[in-house]
Amino acid sequence: MKTRSLVNALAAAVLAAALPLAGYAQEKPDQLVKTVTLEVVELIAKDKEIQAGNRAKLVQLIDAKVLPHFNFGAMTALAMGQGWNKANPDQKKRLTEEFRTLLVRTYASALAAYSEQKFDFRPLRAKETDTDVTVQVRVLQPGAQPVPIDYSMEKTAAGWKVYDVMVGGVSLVANYRTEFNNVVRESGIDGLIKNLNAKNRSLEGTRLEKK
Amino acid sequence: MSRCLLLATIVGLLAGCASTAERDPRDPFEPLNRGIYRFNDKVDTAIARPLATTYQKVVPAEVRGRVRNFFGNIGDFFIGVNNFLQGKFEDGVSDWARLAFNTTIGLFGIHDVATDMGYEKHNEDFGQTFGRWGAPSGPYLVLPILGSSTVRDGIGTGIDLYVDPVTEVRPYHVQYALQGLRLTQTRADLLDASRILEEAALDKYVFQRDAYLQRRRSLIYDGQPPRQKEPEDDADKDKKPVPREKDSQDEDQKPR
Repeated sequence: MKTRSLVNALAAAVLAAALPLAGYAQEKPDQLVKTVTLEVVELIAKDKEIQAGNRAKLVQLIDAKVLPHFNFGAMTALAMGQGWNKANPDQKKRLTEEFRTLLVRTYASALAAYSEQKFDFRPLRAKETDTDVTVQVRVLQPGAQPVPIDYSMEKTAAGWKVYDVMVGGVSLVANYRTEFNNVVRESGIDGLIKNLNAKNRSLEGTRLEKK
Repeated sequence: MSRCLLLATIVGLLAGCASTAERDPRDPFEPLNRGIYRFNDKVDTAIARPLATTYQKVVPAEVRGRVRNFFGNIGDFFIGVNNFLQGKFEDGVSDWARLAFNTTIGLFGIHDVATDMGYEKHNEDFGQTFGRWGAPSGPYLVLPILGSSTVRDGIGTGIDLYVDPVTEVRPYHVQYALQGLRLTQTRADLLDASRILEEAALDKYVFQRDAYLQRRRSLIYDGQPPRQKEPEDDADKDKKPVPREKDSQDEDQKPR
């Protein structure tokens, strides 16, 4: 009797310990970054069309594999700074969509440029209980200082989400802040939406340059 | 070198008259900088980028890697000096170990054997050393041909160029050939980055300026800069005005 309940308790404990690993969403942030990066780089390496410069296909790939792990609402809010509170819900939605499109394109170009490099995934320096962490990856390139890529990630109900990316110490979100504020000051929130939309349209249909 | 210092002086003299309401406090000379930026962009489009693109197409990646290593190896000497000046002795010793191994086993630096031995390449220059010593960056500057800089980094670059071993090379035509090769290699390495900038930015000038200032701050602290306050807290700005702003206010009140 006693042994049986002990076994049960043990089984429950093992199950409880294993549960957090079961869901993709509950994956540890550094592990998540590593899995996704390696998967995407491998898919790019295997795909002849992307290799030949098919940007639409690369954007599709990023859309499917990378984007679910980004919190674009938070990124847009951070990039807007004070301007965010002046926007109405509809404007917020459109801003987020346009900014998301722009970031995906930028990200696609960056990935295409660096996908042949080696990555060094740094061990996470955070406590189990932390809900806001920085995951560090370094791109190793021969004959030059490694380029650090830092992902700022936040724990949400739907798993860990990226809300900023720092490349070589340059925060993407912070770098857009001055630009966004300038446009908002000159032509308002709608002006910024228009501006972003025009930028995205101008990039449509362009092909990735082959290295 | 004298060109940078001269420019810094001119810009310094202009400081008095440049004051407009909505201007970024980090970039009081924006109109002048934008002018130089446009000039640089034209030179880049007409000469540097086509040259670098051709170089990248014609010269195999393997050879380009050797060229990068060769000039990188020459740079490691003063990277080490700067690490010593900043009190980072372990890094400085590592840089000089790189120089020793790569110059000998690596055949005058064309092979980066030191990285494989665990001596990682660093990024240091005199501008960073001054920053580490506590010198403020001063206003943002765009230097002719050299591009993004600040008063502090411009002076640093002047020293970097002054002590640069390549400028000691004689006869002159060999030196110019080396300089040209190095510039072409550097520009070729930046082709991807500049294309990404082109795609990502709404206003290239602003995007590049902000990226430069963030990047330098990160480099000075070797990738671990202390957390900065969010610029949206304007209340904080009012409490702690930048000294430069205060000076110009005082000047406005003093005369007559």
